[in-house]
Amino acid sequence: MSAVVVENIIKTYGKKKEVTALNNISFEVKPGELYGIIGPDGAGKTSLFRILTTLLLADSGKATVDGFDVVKDYKEIRKRVGYMPGKFSLYPDLSVEENLNFFATIFNTTVHGNYDLIKDIYQQIEPFKNRRAGKLSGGMKQKLALSCALIHRPSVLFLDEPTTGVDAVSRKEFWEMLKRLKEQGITILVSTPYMDEAGLCDKVALIQTGKILSINTPHGIVDDFKKPLWAVKSANMLHLLNQLKEKEEVEDIYPFGEYHHLILKSQLSKESLEQWIRNSTTENVQLQMVRPDIEDCFISLMKNY
Amino acid sequence: MSNDKVITAEQLTKRFGHFTAVDHISFDVHKGEIFGFLGANGAGKTTAMRMLCGLSMPTSGKATVAGFDVYKETEKIKRNIGYMSQKFSLYDDLTVKENMKFYGGIYGMSDKFIKEKTGYILNHLHLESEGDKLVKSLPLGWKQKLAFSVAIFHEPGIVFLDEPTGGVDPVTRREFWNMIYQASDNGITIFVTTHYMDEAEYCNRVSIMVDGRIDALDTPAQLKKTYEAKSMDEVFLKLARKATRIEI
Repeated sequence: MSAVVVENIIKTYGKKKEVTALNNISFEVKPGELYGIIGPDGAGKTSLFRILTTLLLADSGKATVDGFDVVKDYKEIRKRVGYMPGKFSLYPDLSVEENLNFFATIFNTTVHGNYDLIKDIYQQIEPFKNRRAGKLSGGMKQKLALSCALIHRPSVLFLDEPTTGVDAVSRKEFWEMLKRLKEQGITILVSTPYMDEAGLCDKVALIQTGKILSINTPHGIVDDFKKPLWAVKSANMLHLLNQLKEKEEVEDIYPFGEYHHLILKSQLSKESLEQWIRNSTTENVQLQMVRPDIEDCFISLMKNY
Repeated sequence: MSNDKVITAEQLTKRFGHFTAVDHISFDVHKGEIFGFLGANGAGKTTAMRMLCGLSMPTSGKATVAGFDVYKETEKIKRNIGYMSQKFSLYDDLTVKENMKFYGGIYGMSDKFIKEKTGYILNHLHLESEGDKLVKSLPLGWKQKLAFSVAIFHEPGIVFLDEPTGGVDPVTRREFWNMIYQASDNGITIFVTTHYMDEAEYCNRVSIMVDGRIDALDTPAQLKKTYEAKSMDEVFLKLARKATRIEI
């Protein structure tokens, strides 16, 4: 049985349903999978998570979590899932320890009973257990929220943008925590606007303005990028970009870290490409073929080439 | 002060009680430069930026922004800089044109200037038909690009961008950087923070704050050489992992 099944979910907002947040979304998450919903703000990630955690009703379509229907069996689902919203939602006036005890009690369990699951994470904030949750730093709030979402040992964990606004070091640490949780057999659905986090998931759905662009393993998504991708670099990158952008043969060119990534409409050998570049720009260009990453794939799916 | 330097900081320090948030930082930013201001959460970026924007009084050290002193001339600084962040940009309940009128008015621009500039920006962004729409009805990507245009509406010499591209899709993120390049080409100095390490590569120079200090400051290429790293991501991790201060 799949941990999460989503079938043709549509969600609109507004009196005249003028805003479509989710436009016929379907996917499936297997038990124990670390599943990434990757997309920018406004893609529909939060609406999707709220539907699956039974906090919002879809206009149409069907979804189950742990085999239970999100509409009919909402009470059962609420017992079984952990949910960490994007916005900090613990009690700011309760201490770290009080928040954790509160959530354990609500779910008819004790902190002691499931301590092994959260130990790794909670120990990092335990020195501050008497501090009010509202007075914690961003990183510590995040660790407390995760501990509270886990304290009843959920079978499926929903994490809505846990790493947004978090620096590169803390992001890496957070993903290491997720990997260890996955080893405990918990199914994890995590959403993120950071494309580079896709590679850390077992499977990902790329989502944009309510539509799924692609579902695959991170490797599979990259393998689907069929056109050769070239990285180009010169002394004046802006100049290089502007000159090549105008050329008929260019499908797309965009900045990518220290290089520009270049995609041509038709395939050229490296030699003929070098020749073409010499004729196309006054810049002295370094050129190499590179493997696309998820962000290249996302751009190509968005622009549909 | 040489004319080329639009920001100077010398041993700039801010303490809150016993806690030194910004610890003797020194650097210069040149006219038209795109200056990346990086650091982990809690490293002191926001506090440093607040001092440079004239919003927070330093404890010690010296700094000038657009030639004005951060202790005595904060009002002049505010008039001569632009500011934009992902969290705070435009008013959702005002139309696009109303936002421009509001910001132009705040900075004391004339009605004539506001009208001409509004027309120019809408034309430039291909948003002529959206001028009378509420900002909240626009897609996020447009909002961010519009917010940047509004931040430089009064033609400041320097614009401070605090994580301007967080959560924006990869195509719009690049269009946004294109606008940054153009502004810098027009002589506007860009002071930008970001969590996207690929964006650090687009800066002329990058500083990295660790525990309130600036531990590294150079061009991306030189930083990668110095720290024997393949990417700015690696440089950042090498430096930020040295942090000993507990984020509290």
